[in-house]
Amino acid sequence: MNESEKDASLKELIQKPTHAIYRWLGDRIFMTVVVLLGSAIIMLAFGMAWVLYGEGSQALREFGFFQFLSGRTWDPAVQLQFGTWPFLFGTLVTSIIALAISLFPAIAVAVVSAEYAPKWLSNIIDNLVQLIAAVPSVVIGIWGIFVLAPWMRDAVYMPIFMWADVNDPGLLPILGSPIGYGMTTATIVLSLMIIPYTTALTKDAIESVPKEQREAARALGATRWEVIRMAVLPYARGGILAGAILSLGRAIGETMAVAMLIGNKNTLPFSIFGAGATMPSVIVNEFREAVESLHLSSLMLIGFYLFILALVVNLAAAYITRKYSITAGKVV
Amino acid sequence: MMENLTKEKSLTSIIDTSSEFQFNGVKSTASDMKIRMETKNLTVMYGKSTGIKDVSIPIYDNKVTALIGPSGCGKTTFLRALNRMHDMTRIAKVTGEVLLDNKNIYDEDVNPVIIRRKIGMVFQKPTPFPTMSIYDNVVAGLKLVGIRKKSLLQDVCEKALTQAALFDEVKDRLNDSGVSLSGGQQQRLSIARALAVEPEVLLMDEPTSSLDPQATTRIEELIHTLKNDVTIIIITHNMQQAARVSDKTAFFYVGDLVEMGDTRNIFTKPKEKKTEEYLTGRFG
Repeated sequence: MNESEKDASLKELIQKPTHAIYRWLGDRIFMTVVVLLGSAIIMLAFGMAWVLYGEGSQALREFGFFQFLSGRTWDPAVQLQFGTWPFLFGTLVTSIIALAISLFPAIAVAVVSAEYAPKWLSNIIDNLVQLIAAVPSVVIGIWGIFVLAPWMRDAVYMPIFMWADVNDPGLLPILGSPIGYGMTTATIVLSLMIIPYTTALTKDAIESVPKEQREAARALGATRWEVIRMAVLPYARGGILAGAILSLGRAIGETMAVAMLIGNKNTLPFSIFGAGATMPSVIVNEFREAVESLHLSSLMLIGFYLFILALVVNLAAAYITRKYSITAGKVV
Repeated sequence: MMENLTKEKSLTSIIDTSSEFQFNGVKSTASDMKIRMETKNLTVMYGKSTGIKDVSIPIYDNKVTALIGPSGCGKTTFLRALNRMHDMTRIAKVTGEVLLDNKNIYDEDVNPVIIRRKIGMVFQKPTPFPTMSIYDNVVAGLKLVGIRKKSLLQDVCEKALTQAALFDEVKDRLNDSGVSLSGGQQQRLSIARALAVEPEVLLMDEPTSSLDPQATTRIEELIHTLKNDVTIIIITHNMQQAARVSDKTAFFYVGDLVEMGDTRNIFTKPKEKKTEEYLTGRFG
């Protein structure tokens, strides 16, 4: 076969009409499958929200949207009165404080791993941090119950409580009973659990800072830390914020470890050391015993509110990330 | 004979296209040729491959030295060795000496941070810090050394921006973001930022390669004014630019310094055949 014959037969193969039909059909099938699968996920999310809303509608009719949100009484036994304010308050306080506690250590870990540690050490750090995220929360919960909570009680809460008892008894109700299980213990465990999310996103953001930015700072006579402060962290702020908000979302939704450690008290006021509850913790604690349909409906409605809260947090994350991200040297 | 003629011709054409300040300031009297920096057997290795080897050249005070040569010939490697930018590249190894006022900047007792304050750098691409305003960009280097006095910072900012021929364009919007400027303005902002810390030597790595002709002219004019205050070393791929702005030219080829001398001489009667071939466009 000479060259021109080769060309001719190749051309024939390429332009063979049956191929065109197969390819057209393949395109259609592929597109249909992808669209079905993709939309199924979206439908599933909406479906879940719809079911929660439907099941919660009894409570919604009984108490009203905002009254349920701001109601301070949660009494499934006697009055059958349900309001979710204590749990909303518990959720917001524990997750926001957990974020505040974890933010700087999480960023610090990312900076060490990305900027200071040699490659092998950085790998170890990353894997250990990811391990925290991989450990089932019930395992962290049981560690909290048997190790952290007793230690916090003996080493932290009791001494403070005793000191307050002698010096300023007025503080005692604010501090609450130092049994070890309560808001503070749950918050500390939460802050530990959300570190991996902030760290991972911060590290990604730090590593995507262009070399030119670092060198520009270096060339101005910046030390290593000054380069990070002046060129790296500001450039990475979008990723850091996204990580922080993702962590907040995780903290709001975290259920098992919190339910195991927070002490589960359904009435305000919560105290600093004392027991409290969050929206997820009350659901997981009460769904088995919810014999009254209004009680079950109220729990479903809490689930619906959690769904909305998660949606708001995600939207805020998307907005803030877009607002503060920097790509290719431009502030977007 | 024929070859000589074509050479003559093309070299003249290079020089003819240069602007009014061609070869300006070359007063090759021995008295005003003070050596500011000097490299001695400077070699940079990247692992096992050689970046530059055994480069020994003088850099004269208040002169513009151009580094020319084809891509990958080691110009940038050489330039970055002059303010210890290779320190951050783990595989890069620098041997030999770089003397600044007769002191080797690679000596044990020298702090690279101090060296980089004395030897500023402008990069190929403009590098304003995107989260900072124009003003904050310019004074960034001063804030690093702990200067907080507002009146002083404002004075320096105005002076540096004026030196960089940018002040008039931005004086009403110093608080705007540095990246709101055009590419050419951003590059002049980068230059102003480098000038604000009053460097003694300014390294410029193809400062006009991403700019349009107008912005390029502005920066060339700027280099021309600046050399009264600073010693400038500039990398350029543009022969006309080298001819226009520099007093001395060094030609690099695959990691070697081929020759260095007065720009006028390099362009009109190069000693080495390689230089001549490069300048007449036979390779590179």
